[in-house]
Amino acid sequence: MTTFIVRRLLGAIPLVLGIATIIFFVVNLAPGDPADRFSSPSMSPEAREQIRVNLGLDQPIHIRYVRWLGALAQGDLGVSFSRNRPVTDIIQELLPNTLLLSFTAIGVAFVLGILLGILQAVRQYSLLDSIASIVGLFFYSMPSFWLALMMVLLFSLFASVWGWPIYFPASDIQSIDYAFLSPFEKVRDRLWHLTLPATSLALVLAAGIARYTRASMLEEIRQDFVRTARAKGLSERVVIFKHTLRNALIPVITLVGLYLPFLFSGTVFIETVFAWPGMGKLVVDAILQRDYPIIMGGSLVFAMMVVVGNLVADVLYAVVDPRIRYD
Amino acid sequence: MPLLEVTDLRTYFTTDAGVARAVDGVSLQVGVGETLGIVGESGCGKTVTALSVLRLIPSPPGEIMAGSSIRFNDEELLEVEPARLREIRGNEISMIFQEPMTSLNPVFTVGYQIQEVLRLHRGLSKREARAAGVALLAEVGIPEPDQRFDAYPHQMSGGMLQRVMIAIALSCEPRLLIADEPTTALDVTIQAQILDLLVEMQRKHGMALLLITHDLGVIAEVCDRVVVMYGGQIVETGTTEEILTRPQHPYTQGLLASLPGIGDRDVRLNPIPGTVPSAVDWPDGCRFRDRCSFAWERCAESAPDLLPVDGRSSRSARCWLLDPDEAAGRGAHVTPGEPT
Repeated sequence: MTTFIVRRLLGAIPLVLGIATIIFFVVNLAPGDPADRFSSPSMSPEAREQIRVNLGLDQPIHIRYVRWLGALAQGDLGVSFSRNRPVTDIIQELLPNTLLLSFTAIGVAFVLGILLGILQAVRQYSLLDSIASIVGLFFYSMPSFWLALMMVLLFSLFASVWGWPIYFPASDIQSIDYAFLSPFEKVRDRLWHLTLPATSLALVLAAGIARYTRASMLEEIRQDFVRTARAKGLSERVVIFKHTLRNALIPVITLVGLYLPFLFSGTVFIETVFAWPGMGKLVVDAILQRDYPIIMGGSLVFAMMVVVGNLVADVLYAVVDPRIRYD
Repeated sequence: MPLLEVTDLRTYFTTDAGVARAVDGVSLQVGVGETLGIVGESGCGKTVTALSVLRLIPSPPGEIMAGSSIRFNDEELLEVEPARLREIRGNEISMIFQEPMTSLNPVFTVGYQIQEVLRLHRGLSKREARAAGVALLAEVGIPEPDQRFDAYPHQMSGGMLQRVMIAIALSCEPRLLIADEPTTALDVTIQAQILDLLVEMQRKHGMALLLITHDLGVIAEVCDRVVVMYGGQIVETGTTEEILTRPQHPYTQGLLASLPGIGDRDVRLNPIPGTVPSAVDWPDGCRFRDRCSFAWERCAESAPDLLPVDGRSSRSARCWLLDPDEAAGRGAHVTPGEPT
């Protein structure tokens, strides 16, 4: 297993290199000039050229590429055009926020989706199954940013206007007075801010996971070994949650790898909607400001998380299914 | 009092094409320590009968109809609470299945799957269950049981897996073992080994065996008594010797006649013509009549009950030919039991 992981990690190096190359050229060949941001129409051409030199944009593209790669190899992602800080510092500051949001969302999505899928499979064709299918299809079809806006409308705006017992903040990761709160209140404040963005991401994912789990459970529940388990006198709880679920989870685990890119693109929108200080909002802002180093650095981090996520899915595969133990 | 007494068992399935009467009024008994064989073609209802005994019929679409009765050890299995039923399953009545390769859970070790029963029904600790499980694997003839205990099903052959299934089934010393075509999916040489093992285990543990098969050779080797099924019903019962040497029902005669004999190299196989009718649409009258060379008008009017042969209730066949009055009404006189 260890050798498998090491081999996969080594195999990921050319992959990441390829991704880095594509990101670099897509960003740098896109129309527009980052120097525009710092210049005004009244500026002399010389001053304008000086800005380009300062940003390193005067060099031909292949030189810039080699320099960027060289710096990247040393863990240096350059300095942000707009924030005047090293990109790695900014990412270090904002990445935890994004991870908090994505992992909460994917955790909630898998628990909710799998439980719902099991329930639907066990009660196939019941009223609950039909309702869950319809509601699930609704959320499955909804873009998460639209869902996020509707949730803001309902649970932040209307909830406070109509005086509901609880409402949720529409933006940011913590309250203004966060620094003055007790540790317990700090946790509560964080969770309170996390609820809406994480829910709007999780519901969309959970709906997909529930559909997969339901189909997979229905497939496994007909298997001979489930009948054997019943014939042994095992309780229905053990038959379903141990013998059937363990097998049904194998295809569902693939979703971890498949959903990660979806999740990260989701965070880009969700963070923008909720003004969540994370990687997604960082990259979106950077694109609007043509802040090349941040766009490239941020995209690269997302790409690497997807690569690692797929590796995790492969390892989980082997954990659940003894027939695919890698040697 | 028999150990297992099935009376008028009807198990129907709701399908798109209509109600399939897969088992349609089956009554049979298995005595303590006895081996009863159920023989018949695919689709005759023998497996559904076996599954019905442990209430393993998936519902929906299947349903054991009201009026059926399955008494085990003087307890009505169709009425016991789910908790009591789970106590009986795997403990007092065990079952092994046709496909050992798919009957074990691929994601758990075989040892775990044995331990599960021992811990559930006999309350053993994990360590005790392991020791008992290894001993069981040794008993069913698995070499290196201590290592095999930790193997996964995909690492073992079909024959070995069927031995594991037998070990699981025997782990709680059941009083009745139901074996549903236990050798069908195996190589011929392995089949013999598994059969021998079953017989040996049955003698050693003094349990009753309900053996379902389509293989008359298996019946001849193992069973005390035989029930022949056709079209969801029993068509003939008797001791193994009686059934094999003096079959009364034309269907049983056909089954025996279709067996190839050693040395009959030049003789063509002699199959029963036609195919089994569909369970959603059994013909009126005798269900075998379309394939029967003896059939006459009487057979289309109504089906006979199981009629006693030689005046004994333990020996019976479902054929009008056994009723002298009815048989006399048939033009050409053919004595039942004579080869055609």
